[in-house]
Amino acid sequence: MEPFVKLTGVVAAMDRENVDTDQIIPAVNLKRIERTGFGQFLFSQPGWRFLPDGSPDPDFELNKPSYQGASILVAGHNFGSGSSREHAPWALLDYGFKVIIAPSFADIFYNNCFQNGMLPIVLSEANIKNLMEKAQGSYEGYEATIDLQNCTISDGQGLTIPFETDDFRRDCLLKGLDDIGLTLQNEDKISIYEKSH
Amino acid sequence: MAKTMFDKIWDEHVVIDEIGKPTVLYVDLHLVHEVTSAQAFEGLRMANRKVRRPDLTVATVDHNVPTTDRTLPITDEISKKQIDTLDNNAKEFEINYFDMFSQGQGIVHVIGPEQGYTQPGKVIVCGDSHTSTHGAFGAFALGIGTSEVEHVLATQCLVQKKPKNMEVKVNGALPFGVTAKDLILAIIGQIGVGGGVGHVIEYTGEAIRSLSMAGRMTVCNMSIEAGARAGMIAPDETTFDFVKGRPQSPRDEDFDAAVEHWKSLSTDPGAHFDKVVEIDASKLSPYVSWGTNPGMVASVDGLVPDPTTLDNPDEKVAVQRALEYMDLAPNTPIKEIKLDKVFIGSCTNSRIEDLRAAAEVVKGKKVNADVNAMVVPGSFTIKLQAEQEGLDEIFREAGFEWREAGCSMCLGMNPDILMPGERSASTSNRNFEGRQGPGGRTHLVSPEMAAAAAIAGHFVDIREWK
Repeated sequence: MEPFVKLTGVVAAMDRENVDTDQIIPAVNLKRIERTGFGQFLFSQPGWRFLPDGSPDPDFELNKPSYQGASILVAGHNFGSGSSREHAPWALLDYGFKVIIAPSFADIFYNNCFQNGMLPIVLSEANIKNLMEKAQGSYEGYEATIDLQNCTISDGQGLTIPFETDDFRRDCLLKGLDDIGLTLQNEDKISIYEKSH
Repeated sequence: MAKTMFDKIWDEHVVIDEIGKPTVLYVDLHLVHEVTSAQAFEGLRMANRKVRRPDLTVATVDHNVPTTDRTLPITDEISKKQIDTLDNNAKEFEINYFDMFSQGQGIVHVIGPEQGYTQPGKVIVCGDSHTSTHGAFGAFALGIGTSEVEHVLATQCLVQKKPKNMEVKVNGALPFGVTAKDLILAIIGQIGVGGGVGHVIEYTGEAIRSLSMAGRMTVCNMSIEAGARAGMIAPDETTFDFVKGRPQSPRDEDFDAAVEHWKSLSTDPGAHFDKVVEIDASKLSPYVSWGTNPGMVASVDGLVPDPTTLDNPDEKVAVQRALEYMDLAPNTPIKEIKLDKVFIGSCTNSRIEDLRAAAEVVKGKKVNADVNAMVVPGSFTIKLQAEQEGLDEIFREAGFEWREAGCSMCLGMNPDILMPGERSASTSNRNFEGRQGPGGRTHLVSPEMAAAAAIAGHFVDIREWK
């Protein structure tokens, strides 16, 4: 896994609550057997990202010119609710998002992000509102820097928001460690457990 | 210290617990299906790793399989590739496998209990959020992502931070016509789709104890729809009777010893729950979802809500968006909502008890001329049993399609889908936008309510059905 230390990128705002995994990527698009190539299907439900003729719908928030190339997504409560499909973070990552910021996340989606070198950040509603307003109000694209070493979000214009994240998950992201390798370092303990049960 | 059932099962499965790190938990049963496993097996192959415990790993094809004649070739090339990939992976990694033609095939959450793999006290995982179903047996059962699937395949362990304990106590008895499905829709309606986030819910109380195993599975199945990590119900005689004598269940003295252990798993008196919710079952009615998440529900004798009467601006916007998508006017009586399709099936409601209840409603009647209705049994075994009981004849004579086992229209991955703008009454678990097909509109209900709606062409109050 690629380490995640610091990232500067454009912030896109999605002011919706309970964005679910079927909205992030519809079931008809889950048939690939690779982890890549799902970005084309991100938010591809009718009435979201695309018009019926397949062209981008200018009314859909992520199609705003100022959000193009965004790598940081700010969203509402309970982001990623629903299915366990890891295709949801794969699609977001393939589209370009490496950081998702929300007041709360669905549990499985939250775990799935870390497994793919993505950083989900929980912030207060007031901070979310502030970030969304800045992103929505910017014509040329609002940039922010996510510093995982110091656990801060800053924008070079005076804004600095500290955030909390699980120490272990942070360490794994910073070093690019994957869980399987870490667990297998303790294979003896798994064997002991198996013998005693 | 007094412990909850979840605490006890968790503690029994701890392999490594170090301060500042998530727990490494042993997994007793790993269920696998075609949609979330291909990338995990590929990961193993690339790292030259094996499946640590093929004997504890059980796979089947359910999400993407056709429910029509399986002797015909699968027309969708990508679907076929996904199914073939699991066929090959099961062979290569030597795991237990029920293929598309096996008598044991079915929805993964239906066949686990059916075969006796699902037992009280186990830690059960699957790359599917509805793994919570198995909690009905007093197991800790949770959905995981594909990277975690790969992790469990390689290590038989799951890295997990311990969730909190939540109790949902359901007092009193469910009235006539009100089912386990209505109960869980009512619970989600009350606590919301984020109400269980970060928690494992234990369902307790008189109404829960009175449920059959099928009903308990329906309730636990939709725990994820309240955002919970898992749902659980303490095992009792109903549970032990169900588990006894199944192909993978312990036998003779082993079974008796297992029962003794299972009995000890119940939550101790005075154990601490971080959150407690109480529900009065006797006040519940049949429910119908009107919106685009499973918390958006109303009583069948109620109305579609009016967003202008709501104070919370976020809620107002959410309800407006949902009604627009669902093409429903505020204050429409639920009973006046007309339907195009009816789907009876899914890991929520496709068991033999569900099919019997639906058959009872449609017996001797005809499906409304404007409605297309289908029944998709949860497993091949259920299909056979239903056919032995003559249920298939009742459904067919009424005008229902009688299909092969699978997930089918619950998630709209195979050709069983809603067309844009079509409206369904569905016994499944999610009414998300486009869940049953792009542009489709889903109303979640019990099997009895779905069956009655198929006959009438619109929702009816099952309590008044004759």
